[in-house]
Amino acid sequence: MSENSVFDEMWGRDAQVRAPYKNFFDWFDQEDPKRLRAKNREAEDLFRLTGITFNVYGRAEAEERLIPFDIIPRIISGAEWAKLSRGIEQRVRAINAFLHDIYHTQEIVKAGRIPREMISQNEAFQPKMIGVDVPGGVYTHIVGIDLVCTGPGEFYVLEDNARTPSGVSYMLENRETMLQMFPELFSKNRVQPVQQYPIELRRSLAACAPAMANGDPTVAVLTPGIYNSAYFEHAFLADQMGVELVEGHDLRVIDGRVAMRTTHGYQPIDVLYRRVDDDFLDPLNFNPESQLGVPGIMDVYRAGGITIANAPGTGISDDKAIYSYMPDIVEFYTGERPLLQNVPTWRCSEPDALAYVLDNLEDLVVKEVHGSGGYGMLIGPTATKKEIANFRKKLKARPKNYIAQPTLSLSTVPIFSKTGLAPRHVDLRPYVMVSPDGIKITPGGLTRVALKKGSLVVNSSQGGGTKDTWVLEE
Amino acid sequence: MLGKTANGLFWMYRYMERAENTARLIETGQRIALTRLNQGDDEWASVLQSADCLNGFRSAHDEISRDLAVDWMLRSKDNPSSVVSSVNAARQNARLVRTAITGDVWEAVNSAYMALKTALARKVSERDLPSVLRLIRHHAALVRGVTHGTMLRNDIYDFARLGTFLERADNTARILDVKYYVLLPSARAVGTSIDNVQWESILRSVSAKGGFRMEYGAGGGPREIAAFLILDRRMPRSLAFCAGKLSDNLGYLGSEDDAGNVSRAMVGALRDRLTTKSIDDIFEYGLHEFLQTTLEDLSGISRQIEQDFRFYA
Repeated sequence: MSENSVFDEMWGRDAQVRAPYKNFFDWFDQEDPKRLRAKNREAEDLFRLTGITFNVYGRAEAEERLIPFDIIPRIISGAEWAKLSRGIEQRVRAINAFLHDIYHTQEIVKAGRIPREMISQNEAFQPKMIGVDVPGGVYTHIVGIDLVCTGPGEFYVLEDNARTPSGVSYMLENRETMLQMFPELFSKNRVQPVQQYPIELRRSLAACAPAMANGDPTVAVLTPGIYNSAYFEHAFLADQMGVELVEGHDLRVIDGRVAMRTTHGYQPIDVLYRRVDDDFLDPLNFNPESQLGVPGIMDVYRAGGITIANAPGTGISDDKAIYSYMPDIVEFYTGERPLLQNVPTWRCSEPDALAYVLDNLEDLVVKEVHGSGGYGMLIGPTATKKEIANFRKKLKARPKNYIAQPTLSLSTVPIFSKTGLAPRHVDLRPYVMVSPDGIKITPGGLTRVALKKGSLVVNSSQGGGTKDTWVLEE
Repeated sequence: MLGKTANGLFWMYRYMERAENTARLIETGQRIALTRLNQGDDEWASVLQSADCLNGFRSAHDEISRDLAVDWMLRSKDNPSSVVSSVNAARQNARLVRTAITGDVWEAVNSAYMALKTALARKVSERDLPSVLRLIRHHAALVRGVTHGTMLRNDIYDFARLGTFLERADNTARILDVKYYVLLPSARAVGTSIDNVQWESILRSVSAKGGFRMEYGAGGGPREIAAFLILDRRMPRSLAFCAGKLSDNLGYLGSEDDAGNVSRAMVGALRDRLTTKSIDDIFEYGLHEFLQTTLEDLSGISRQIEQDFRFYA
């Protein structure tokens, strides 16, 4: 992590094409850049036609935009992936065990591994979930783990997304687009497929059906509606799984079941893959203003009448304050050493850590525990002396409110820019499915790329794009 | 299927059909304006009326001109039946029912939306009008074609067809009604050149000119035209044909249980009236009265379908 030069996943640190990229590069080298540029435009037209857009809020007419797609794939070797996926599986297992524990006997608190107030005073802790036995014991049916890479096979977890991770439709459509544009690449490279994701998701969700469901469980996707920024993805997933896409006003609680209004009357749903936040899920139990949810669904849920995926209250496991405890959480529940690395985090509530952070402010990133969106944060290496001095005062006044992390040197992958290949920073979000039958990870995931030179911001709302992500067969 | 989905399918296809019908009406109006000898824009009032948007037009404009009428029917966002509004509504509904239609159908609707958004971004000049109208017909045909070629014949298809044929029957009945005076048997006007243009305009606006000529050769007058568009079950835009389709699709929907019994009975009555009556009966009853009753029946059936199949909570 202390290395000076940035690691490029295609070129390494010494401008030699790395093994996973060799085949691809040979092909690329032979291609006419003009043809590739034309293909790039073709890809955009394809996206527009299939409607892979996201809505931008706050406009008179809900505007639809494309997320830029870059045709250079991000390639991961089979061996790297095998190691990575073992780490992801271990982490997801621990997250589920942690959620079960904190909503039941809280052994981890009793064992002194996490302070009680980290749980009880956490806004993401959902008291209505205490003592609830969720169907199949699964809390996080779908997880997206955000990873960054700093060197060959060196991955760090930046964030766990255990609520309703989005973006999987881009993973699928990016591959579809590459297959259509460059079929020859896929005969030259043995890329592990991702297209099975929707079917596997349906199986995985069905396997989590409540005990009272009989026959083939009825699965449905709950969307906030066509004006939601991710509506395309909700419709896409429902379509690909072959299940109904419902909104709150299609649903009603009847005879202890949640049922959807069909052309032949109300029919019960067994598993609801909801893309609506906890707060809006049930106006009777949560936010009473919500128009998006189903009044009384929580009561049906507690009585075992429906599976909600993901379970309400999972947000506590991807909370920033809990993040720093993840290595302990993994060890506590799996009895194993964590295979995936956390970004080292100093909790300023602890005196030793605070002393270290105060001594090294100019090298660290300091974040508010409950802040988000980059507000109230200090980026040491780019801050002025005055900003550091001011922040030092705030930190001393309320140390509990802050955590600190080193700045990582994120890897790059080339994009196909106007002037040819150009390195840009990337992250990776693999998608994980959890059911009583086991944990499944789709090989690859969504690679987001900061299209601006030097930028670390990969968010689509701020000029980020996406790439197809290849995991090679060994 | 969700009630909401049935609703979305029904309206998606109604709006696609409407966009095409409006384009045909504009084409007809333009043709009459070009072939008539005397000056004036009288024709546009009756075209607007056929498209059921004369009242809306009057509330926005004081006088009727070709330019204003064409723009109102093609592009106006204040006119909920303009081509732009219809295609937008069709696509919005298609997004809503994205899981029920095939990828091919979605792409066809979406590409119609994108192509027409560009083509209709600015006022369409008289010179460009024919190619724009052709573009609309072309895209409507694409949607119809992929629907036919890629959709399963199940309840999804049935609701799509119900929307299509309700809208089409409504359109045909309206065109006939607006022009009923041209079709009334009267010795006085028959045979004049103006009248020939008028008759032909009716056939053209439902793209039935070729079919009519094939049936009647150079002969055939107002009585035959009325019979062709009301009673001929081989003519895909006739009222009898549409009623037959509505009856078939409602029949398939009711094969499992009683759902749709009321609307099925209403369509049955309409179909019977269109198969047992002769054109002379209709003229005797009064063509205008007959068409008015039919239009009322059609909107009643539409409301009943919404209720029978739980379109709304």
